[in-house]
Amino acid sequence: MSEYVARFFIGGIAVSLFAMTGDVLRPKSFAGLFGAAPSVALATLGLAVIHHDASYVSIQAKSMAWGALALICYSWAVCQVLMRLRWRALAATIACLALWIVVAFSLEWLSGAMS
Amino acid sequence: MRPKLSLGALKEGRWYEYVVRFVLGGIATVVTGLISSRWGPSIGGLFLALPAIFCASATLVEKHEMRRKHEAGLSGRRRGEEAAALDAAGAALGGFGLLAFAVTFSFLVERNVAVAFAASFVAWATFAMTAWWAWQAAGSGAKVRSTSAERP
Repeated sequence: MSEYVARFFIGGIAVSLFAMTGDVLRPKSFAGLFGAAPSVALATLGLAVIHHDASYVSIQAKSMAWGALALICYSWAVCQVLMRLRWRALAATIACLALWIVVAFSLEWLSGAMS
Repeated sequence: MRPKLSLGALKEGRWYEYVVRFVLGGIATVVTGLISSRWGPSIGGLFLALPAIFCASATLVEKHEMRRKHEAGLSGRRRGEEAAALDAAGAALGGFGLLAFAVTFSFLVERNVAVAFAASFVAWATFAMTAWWAWQAAGSGAKVRSTSAERP
């Protein structure tokens, strides 16, 4: 239980710090880089190296690479939906999560099938 | 366009917006840990790049831009959408940095944990910023703004 409380606070602090850094940067597209900062990753991998061996953490990071590729597709899709379909930001970001899930799990499945 | 600091932007945020991001960040980290425990590091690792926080960030960017325009007596909806679209374009470029972070970390963590963290962080910043500079040099930022402005 205490591990999850620590996770909550470390993750919350990491995300808030990156988000506040993005808030004070201009232009908007540069600030957006911090929307894809490794905030949750730093907190999670930092705790994982304490509780697990290095090979476990390495597997997590390899899968994270597929998640990052899915994030690139997701963010590009959100940008297009906002520009062309005039959706509101909340609707666009939530709807495109389906794309992230499909791309991330497809890449993970493909990498497993090829290895 | 050169990146610059605008500390006044912190005053635009409401206190509850910071609380929302803190809580979402905490929940995302806890859920990632639970997924890794239940389904293993392969599936858990995917969620290290889940854009859960991005939903809140893009919505806040849109809201702040609209609020600024409302104060000037304008609707601000188009400017809000444009600001959120530029934020999303930046996140797509930042995704290249996140990819570099993950690849670097996975290669180095079994050799030296401290070096893995430091090198991965440097890789993230280098790849994200290089992608942004290349995007700017290609004039794509202006394209996002003009596409947004062309709509009926």
